[in-house]
Amino acid sequence: MLRFIGFRLLQALPVLLVVITVTFFLIRVAPGGPFDSEKAVIPEVQAALEAQYRLNLTLFQQYTAYLGDLFHGDFGPSFKYPGRSVNELIAAGFPVTAELAFYALLVALTIGGIAGIVASLKPNSAQDYIPMSVAMIGICMPSLLLGPILILLFGIYLDWLPVSGWGDSPGDKILPAITLGSAYAAYIARLSRAGMLEVMSQDYIRTARAKGLPEWQVVSRHALRGGMIPVVAFLVLAFAGLLSGSFVVETIFQIPGLGRFYVQAAFNRDYTMILGSTIFLATLIVFFNLLSDILAAWMNPRLRDQMRAL
Amino acid sequence: MRFGGLKNLCLVLTCFALMACGRGESNVAQGNREAILHFGNGAEPQGLDPHVVTGIPESLIINALFEGLTVKNPYTLESEPGVAQRWDISDDGMTITFHLNPQAKWSNGDPMTAEDYVWSWRRALNPGMGNQYGYMLYPLKNAEEFATGKIDDFSEVGVKAIDDHTLQVQLNTPTPYFIQLMDHHSTFALHRPTIQKHGKDTGRFTPWTRVENIVSNGPFRLKEWQLNRRLSVEKSDTYWDRDRVQLSGIVFYPTENISSEERMFRVEQLHYTQTIPLEKMPVYRAMKDSPYANAPYLGTYYYLLNINEPPLDDLRVRRALSMALDRERLNSTVLHNSNVPAFSITPPGTLGYQPPVVFDHNIEAAQKLLAEAGYPNGEGWPGLELTYNTSESHLKIAVALQQMWKDALNIDITLANQEWKVYLDSVDQMNFQMARRGWIGDYVDPNNFLDLFLCDGGNNSTGFCDPIYDELIKRQAPQAKSREERYAIFNDAETRLMEQMPIIPLYTYTSNHLIHPSVKGLPPNLMDYVNFRYVWLDRDQEAVE
Repeated sequence: MLRFIGFRLLQALPVLLVVITVTFFLIRVAPGGPFDSEKAVIPEVQAALEAQYRLNLTLFQQYTAYLGDLFHGDFGPSFKYPGRSVNELIAAGFPVTAELAFYALLVALTIGGIAGIVASLKPNSAQDYIPMSVAMIGICMPSLLLGPILILLFGIYLDWLPVSGWGDSPGDKILPAITLGSAYAAYIARLSRAGMLEVMSQDYIRTARAKGLPEWQVVSRHALRGGMIPVVAFLVLAFAGLLSGSFVVETIFQIPGLGRFYVQAAFNRDYTMILGSTIFLATLIVFFNLLSDILAAWMNPRLRDQMRAL
Repeated sequence: MRFGGLKNLCLVLTCFALMACGRGESNVAQGNREAILHFGNGAEPQGLDPHVVTGIPESLIINALFEGLTVKNPYTLESEPGVAQRWDISDDGMTITFHLNPQAKWSNGDPMTAEDYVWSWRRALNPGMGNQYGYMLYPLKNAEEFATGKIDDFSEVGVKAIDDHTLQVQLNTPTPYFIQLMDHHSTFALHRPTIQKHGKDTGRFTPWTRVENIVSNGPFRLKEWQLNRRLSVEKSDTYWDRDRVQLSGIVFYPTENISSEERMFRVEQLHYTQTIPLEKMPVYRAMKDSPYANAPYLGTYYYLLNINEPPLDDLRVRRALSMALDRERLNSTVLHNSNVPAFSITPPGTLGYQPPVVFDHNIEAAQKLLAEAGYPNGEGWPGLELTYNTSESHLKIAVALQQMWKDALNIDITLANQEWKVYLDSVDQMNFQMARRGWIGDYVDPNNFLDLFLCDGGNNSTGFCDPIYDELIKRQAPQAKSREERYAIFNDAETRLMEQMPIIPLYTYTSNHLIHPSVKGLPPNLMDYVNFRYVWLDRDQEAVE
């Protein structure tokens, strides 16, 4: 097992190097620079600014210098926010995004898991079709639309929940979590339904039923663990997806997360911030992929044996 | 995952829901009680270093934290005493002496001195620092030479501390708007010991503006700064005019998403919004005692014409394009009557200046001009591309104008949208035929708009170059003896400009805010200028809804 993990970690290094290199050069291909603004910048000022950010060096020199800084864990200063380092911006935004992603995942798991299990118990009946249709709507409804609808309903007309903010007033985390989680709830519903359907037709379930267990015990004691394997594998990847995909929800609800910084950085040509957040998120995704593999192996005895043989 | 876990989850969610039911007092109600203004600020500030930053969100916060030699009266926009108690202008207009208020202090209690200004302006103009607004001090003698590295000796620059409280400046030419520039953050004095304690004098990246470090001199001081969440300031007890400051604090919110901002206003999380979504305007306008404040703003929305490129190298074509447009209709339909049709680059009423009107909406004349240029009824029209940066409102305007040109002149205009930085690059390289453009004034003076189109103007971007125009703006206007004479010269220059039509002016901007009725002392003005010293909250005012 340890050898497997070590091997995968070694594989991750070249992946990250490719990510760094491609990102570094790709953002330079985009027209326009970080200091372009509607008011023309005086050439001397432009030159001074470029010198401050090492943009006066050749591209290759900049690349090696950047790699050197990176080796020391330094993502460099932000272009858009002078006086702030990229490390600082990530440190400020990431915990918020992670918390949001965690709540969204809880929402997704609760709604999606229950819908999927309920649907799987009576396949091809109303009990199946209704939750699965709702799940389909969840996949199709973008958060750009769902967020404002929820805000209008619960924030403005009913006046139950805050319309924006994060940790400023009680309950302001509920609507963003639901908005972000609902699309994933739909996926989880479909995955858990499929997983449960497969398990419920297995012999050991029939055995459990034959020994006279009530249906809810059959489901909770016997079926659930096997039926949820695909969901667990998906969860880890979903978490990575939520971390890098929360921009829209963060914008709608004024949440100070990493997603807003990341997307703004692309618009602003904030080179160091784009690179820093891309590398940071890429590292996380690589890590979560690995975690997902390990979890899948741990839950599936056959895979576990294969790995031991590695 | 077992059902036990799910049960806990349900419990947690129920708790959340219960907490939500006990929603407390709104920000506005609480703010009115405690004299705290909740202010929608548009975006997270880039930073708070007055010499470095460039945007409007930054300038609003900096105006609360710092104060210049002068400030503006928000009702009249005339300059009033700030750090300077009074100032004398010599008869030739070339020397200004500022007398600093002996009561003016830094927030740590240090007195403010004339030497603070000399040091700060040296920093603002430092060539290595790359300050984008350094040019605000270029009217100073030798300032441009110092900022561009042509001279190294700062003592040659026209600023001198006569004694602790007397600052004397020498100008290149008489510059009537120089007093106004003193309330722009790029000319502010900064606290030297603080900056030097936290890094190099001229460093862009030093942490001197952090809550725990910053020393400022304005009516408020920094209390809390949470990235992308909020920034709070509280009343300063060292400010010289503290008795007139009525707010005990201001909370600035980075309200980037304008729809979210409007919703925050609706549930009374904000007293004031930075703007209002276009489609909400009719609703708010129809309200009784509407919180919607709409006022002319010192900015012009126009299309740049690249006059080096056919077919726009022909003056008749440029005039035909401009005259064919019905600006009134554009404003009443697409823009919900929120703006003012424009026929010149300078907004009307810029401190009393009225721009000339050298053309009007006249379709027959436009058709005739186009026929003379060789395209009768659009025949043989080579096509024309309009470049604009991606935005729903720019698109709506472009589509409306495209149709007007089609209807009036039977010519086709193609639309090309570009991402913001790509668009800026295209405009800068003059890599376009016709391009959308907006210009917001930095100070209230026609010069700020008219010097765009000097031959070597960095923001000219049209190819327009007229030596007589340059002569009027650069030589004659500064020598004028009176405001009337000066404005007459500007009027001549602008007439020459608009007769050549290197731009198609479309409308004068307006500022659009939602302001809670409890907010007082925040009047509309051409600069959309806020002086927080004047603002107070009337707690007896109830919500509008």
